[in-house]
Amino acid sequence: MSRLKARFDELAAEGRKALVPFITAGDPNPMFTVPLMHEMTKAGADVIELGVPFSDPMADGPVIQRASERALEHRVGLRTVLAMVSEFRKNDQLTPIVLMGYLNPIEIMGYEKFADASQQAEVDGVITVDLPPEEAEECVAVLNARGIDQVFLSAPNSSSERIKKISAVGGGYLYYVSVKGITGSGHLNVKDVEQKLAQIRKNTKLPISVGFGIKNAEMAKKIASLADGVVVGSAFISKIEDNLDNPERAKQEIIELIKSMRQAMDS
Amino acid sequence: MTDMYKMPDERGHFGPYGGIFVAETLMPAISELNEAYQRYLIDPDFIAELDADLKHYVGRPSPLYYAERWSKDLGGAQIYLKREDLNHTGAHKVNNTVGQALLAKRMGKTRIIAETGAGQHGVATATVAARLGLECVVYMGAVDVERQAQNVYRMKLLGATVVPVKSGSRTLKDALNEAMRDWVTNIDETFYIIGTVAGPHPYPAMVRDFQAIIGREAKQQCQEMTGQLPDALVACVGGGSNAIGLFYPFIDDTSVKMYGVEAAGDGVETGRHSAPLCAGRPGVLHGNRTYLMADDDGEIIETHSISAGLDYPGVGPEHAWLKDTGRAEYVNITDKEALEGFHVLTRLEGIIPALESSHAMAYTMKLAPKMSTNEILVVNLSGRGDKDMQTIAQYEGIDL
Repeated sequence: MSRLKARFDELAAEGRKALVPFITAGDPNPMFTVPLMHEMTKAGADVIELGVPFSDPMADGPVIQRASERALEHRVGLRTVLAMVSEFRKNDQLTPIVLMGYLNPIEIMGYEKFADASQQAEVDGVITVDLPPEEAEECVAVLNARGIDQVFLSAPNSSSERIKKISAVGGGYLYYVSVKGITGSGHLNVKDVEQKLAQIRKNTKLPISVGFGIKNAEMAKKIASLADGVVVGSAFISKIEDNLDNPERAKQEIIELIKSMRQAMDS
Repeated sequence: MTDMYKMPDERGHFGPYGGIFVAETLMPAISELNEAYQRYLIDPDFIAELDADLKHYVGRPSPLYYAERWSKDLGGAQIYLKREDLNHTGAHKVNNTVGQALLAKRMGKTRIIAETGAGQHGVATATVAARLGLECVVYMGAVDVERQAQNVYRMKLLGATVVPVKSGSRTLKDALNEAMRDWVTNIDETFYIIGTVAGPHPYPAMVRDFQAIIGREAKQQCQEMTGQLPDALVACVGGGSNAIGLFYPFIDDTSVKMYGVEAAGDGVETGRHSAPLCAGRPGVLHGNRTYLMADDDGEIIETHSISAGLDYPGVGPEHAWLKDTGRAEYVNITDKEALEGFHVLTRLEGIIPALESSHAMAYTMKLAPKMSTNEILVVNLSGRGDKDMQTIAQYEGIDL
């Protein structure tokens, strides 16, 4: 059983929801990432989405774009990110890690080689923003053959038919993008999310995580009451950006925010 | 006739290239666009409206001009220039923007967005948006905004909002990223007019079909003027829209050789170039699989060319396919060679070509002398050079 399924099953049994932080690997520097991942799990993160820096992050807002740029200044690319996961696994065998990024780094490495390297590093899932199910057959096959889930996104304008299609090829969880737009947008509407999730539930058996636009504990709590998982990215990365002169302080602020979200989600 | 060229397949694949590689939010919009495009492509009313616009607004057909003096000077093939520089707004770009804007209107979209590098596609888009009374936002890399101030002013005069893009390398590829972000955010009312034969399906096929008028006219004109088909076609390739426009109607005429000319910048061997077909590798960017300039981590490498219109790290997927199948040959021309082509055409024929087109002229100077005097070479003069005066003067150390 994949770590993702195990984790979501375990949470469901406890009646809790997954808190899924996203950070960009290598932001603001390569030394920062693995210790932060450990601190995040200690503070209550259930799954970590680790962003693979890309030169052309088409689906990301300014906050994550700049995080990518900072990481790329340190030449943190896919190969370094895989090494970080291996490093993380030395001290954590349980927390599922999902790599999130764009397809080109995987294309250039080659699907087989990437899948082998991911298996070796003990990656649990992969999200490629610009790989819709129509083009994903080959990539999904090589990942699944190694016990790795390909996690797909769905959007407010996804039809029931599309959600079925996504669920048929996807694994781990279904990532519901709560707004039409880019990461870090601020227009999340809880009522809309509620309605959409009802439709998605009818068309998938996968756990559903909701992301894009969740910034604080109060919102995390609201979304947790509807979904199986809450994904938070830009709100953490903003802490890094606000404290570029003091990464330690950034780390503290991120941990505080995770704790407050955890508490709100569990209460 | 079973082996007629018929690309792409219904999912937009040219062999392994092309396809639809976009975020989920864009999928419904792309389906909607594809349906509209398939419908109007064969709709007699739509075609009649497009043809009328191309004739009365763009000024088509553009002439096929026999460059007699230049041909004699080179001493080989007889050279004919396809005069896309004489179109309204001064380049081939408008063939496509007229088509896509009519499509936007039929689809009931009220807002147009576009990306631009040198500003030619931005101007061509702002032009048709002004004519149809549609809101228009053009994304342009901050670096390009600075070096193409005149085109920025033209777009503003035409009523467009020009947004300088300050992320990444601040050039054309980043403008495309930002346009994609806008599209995903404002998907319901917005039509994205992509300027080249790249992007997710149906863009590569759709832009090609709107640009194919170049080749259809050239074929007919060449036969009328010379009684035969050309022996060789030459066109510059950035994203590759003017080249595919010229090549496409000739693909099944296997006697016609096709040469796409990429920008070698300082020279392909220096790494400072924009020649993904000559020196790149297959990958996925901006919605399609094609040849790209990427490093071993798959990060996109910054490109270099004296010509802003060729300064792009990818290329249309159909060119990738034509390269792999050997149907077209892709070559490259340095900044320096392109400038020589620029001067030669200007002085011998009294025609000032765009820097992009100058790459095709420079390759013509290499190819024509190797051909016989009864052979015919058609080269696409894709745009006029007025926009480049500042760049060329600066490059040659002249203070205007």
